[in-house]
Amino acid sequence: MNAPVPSHAPSPRLQRFGRRGLQTIAIGVAVALCLSLMPGQRLLPSLAYSVCIALGCWLFIDCGRMLAAHWVHRQASPEIRRARGEWPGWGWMAAVLPLGTLAGYVVGYEIAARLFDAAEPHALGFDLRSFASILILSMIPGVAATYYFYSRARLAASHAKAEQAERMAAEQRLKLLAAQLEPHMLFNTLANLRALIGIDPPRAQAMLDRLILFLRATLDASRGSTHALASEFARLADYLELMQIRMGGRLQTRLTLPDHLAARQVPALLLQPLVENAIKHGLEPQVRGGRIDVSAGSECGQLVLRVRDTGTGLAAVASGQGTGFGVEQVRERLEALYGPAASLDLAPAPDADGGMLATLRMPL
Amino acid sequence: MIAASALIAEDEPLLAESLRAELARLWPGLRVVASVSHGQAAVEQALALRPELLFLDIRMPGMSGLEAARALAEDWPGAPGSAPFPLIVFVTAYDEYALQAFDHAAVDYLLKPVQSERLAQTCTRLQAALRLRSQVPTAAEPALQAAVEQLRQLLPAPELAASRAAPPEWLQVIPAAVGAAIHMVPVDTVLYFEAADKYLRVVTPEREHLIRTSLRELLPLLDPQRFWQIHRSTVVRADAIACALRDESGKHTLTLAGHPDRLVASRLYAHRFKAM
Repeated sequence: MNAPVPSHAPSPRLQRFGRRGLQTIAIGVAVALCLSLMPGQRLLPSLAYSVCIALGCWLFIDCGRMLAAHWVHRQASPEIRRARGEWPGWGWMAAVLPLGTLAGYVVGYEIAARLFDAAEPHALGFDLRSFASILILSMIPGVAATYYFYSRARLAASHAKAEQAERMAAEQRLKLLAAQLEPHMLFNTLANLRALIGIDPPRAQAMLDRLILFLRATLDASRGSTHALASEFARLADYLELMQIRMGGRLQTRLTLPDHLAARQVPALLLQPLVENAIKHGLEPQVRGGRIDVSAGSECGQLVLRVRDTGTGLAAVASGQGTGFGVEQVRERLEALYGPAASLDLAPAPDADGGMLATLRMPL
Repeated sequence: MIAASALIAEDEPLLAESLRAELARLWPGLRVVASVSHGQAAVEQALALRPELLFLDIRMPGMSGLEAARALAEDWPGAPGSAPFPLIVFVTAYDEYALQAFDHAAVDYLLKPVQSERLAQTCTRLQAALRLRSQVPTAAEPALQAAVEQLRQLLPAPELAASRAAPPEWLQVIPAAVGAAIHMVPVDTVLYFEAADKYLRVVTPEREHLIRTSLRELLPLLDPQRFWQIHRSTVVRADAIACALRDESGKHTLTLAGHPDRLVASRLYAHRFKAM
């Protein structure tokens, strides 16, 4: 009932094949016109021979190329086949070109000779020298056309690659945005805001202001922009303040930023997923809550940022309740921006208060 | 307006207070008997105070709202003549638990921020359900049954959890510390596991061990065909069960082959003990 309507338009592959055929005829005509300038050549037979030989050579070379490509890429993934599935490599083409030219020349010549009542001598009836020279002459357009085809296919492949990279970057931005705008956090914050409006409008207004600043920073972060470490700490303070309104006395916070590092540029909201993890997996599951410390410092010429909680610790990480994603994201961002010069370590906090410690190092 | 008693479990103080205020405005006859901030307290207070309604936040520290509901369904007395199982309204910020399963029943769910009209609708629904209960005194037992059925559907399926992980490599031996030594306890010899505070009791015919693993961590490592969860704190080896006896409240008492211990299977897992 709902079978797709069959399409009568030829497939794109067939269309490209037809276009190459037309281009071949154009090459044949051009060669004939060049030959007709030489003395003793008549235009019409030249045209027929030239076009027939050109079509013959093209058919053998093109089909040979496609068969070789099919053979070479027989085990490749569909994406790779799409990207370079029609090109077998120059090694194969070194064989396909002369063989295809030879076969195409003989067949094309025979067809043209039949059309013109064999007024000219037989294809293989030439002496060897003139035969070889005609063969080489026929190969020149073949090599040129193949090269043209090759560079066009390469261009298309690099286009496809660039497009894919673009798509992946967009996907990455969206993932970052989705992670930072975690619906649970957003709707719970809005629910608190709704409650506050009724009982404490000035506090509701202050909460809304913080939410606005945080949302703006989230958008900035998804665009990959950077801001001063002071701004990073200010946005973390906004986020923590929002969480504090929600969690009440269960959440204590401590932010430590030395003055000399305040102007240092960092990727926007780089630390936010770590702070969110510390709350979500460390403090929120604990009935008594806990403390979260965020600090910046410089050690051995490196900027060191630490997020520490006094939460449930390794047990939460071991049970794998989705801690990996936020951490993975911070790692990916660091890797993309600083390569091996930056690192992120997650370990149990070394003192008696327990919980986890995330240490992030990057070049100063 | 009909009078009723309710318990609110919500870890965020502002939201708990706001829900209480809205309910007071929409349903003057409703008495909030307790407002608690985590799942464990919700279970304890509900068992002690026997409210008719429960408003349970899903994401709470310690025990979640769903876990609290399950624990209540397991521990509710349920004998004829006792207080009927409370009507449950789940409250959540984000629809992450496929709560549609509750849409058509005695239970309801609310999305945060809770809007007044929607809460009014919930109140109307609850009042209708309570009225039905007071008119048909036998409606209490089916209410518990219905709640158990639905909570059972929301149980995490161990088969699913296992298939998500790499190819299942079931646990063969349990290393258990005894003083300074580590005893290697073959899983095949274990009669049952029982959660006890922060420990897990591993009971074999000869003796028992304590290990520092939670049931939640251990369960995905056990073959679900051989080890059955029968209570939120008990997992038993199926072929060690000799006999299951159902009592009038819907619980089963299990006797084991070659061991004097008796285990209780809760209502949530009663479906395992139907004769073929």
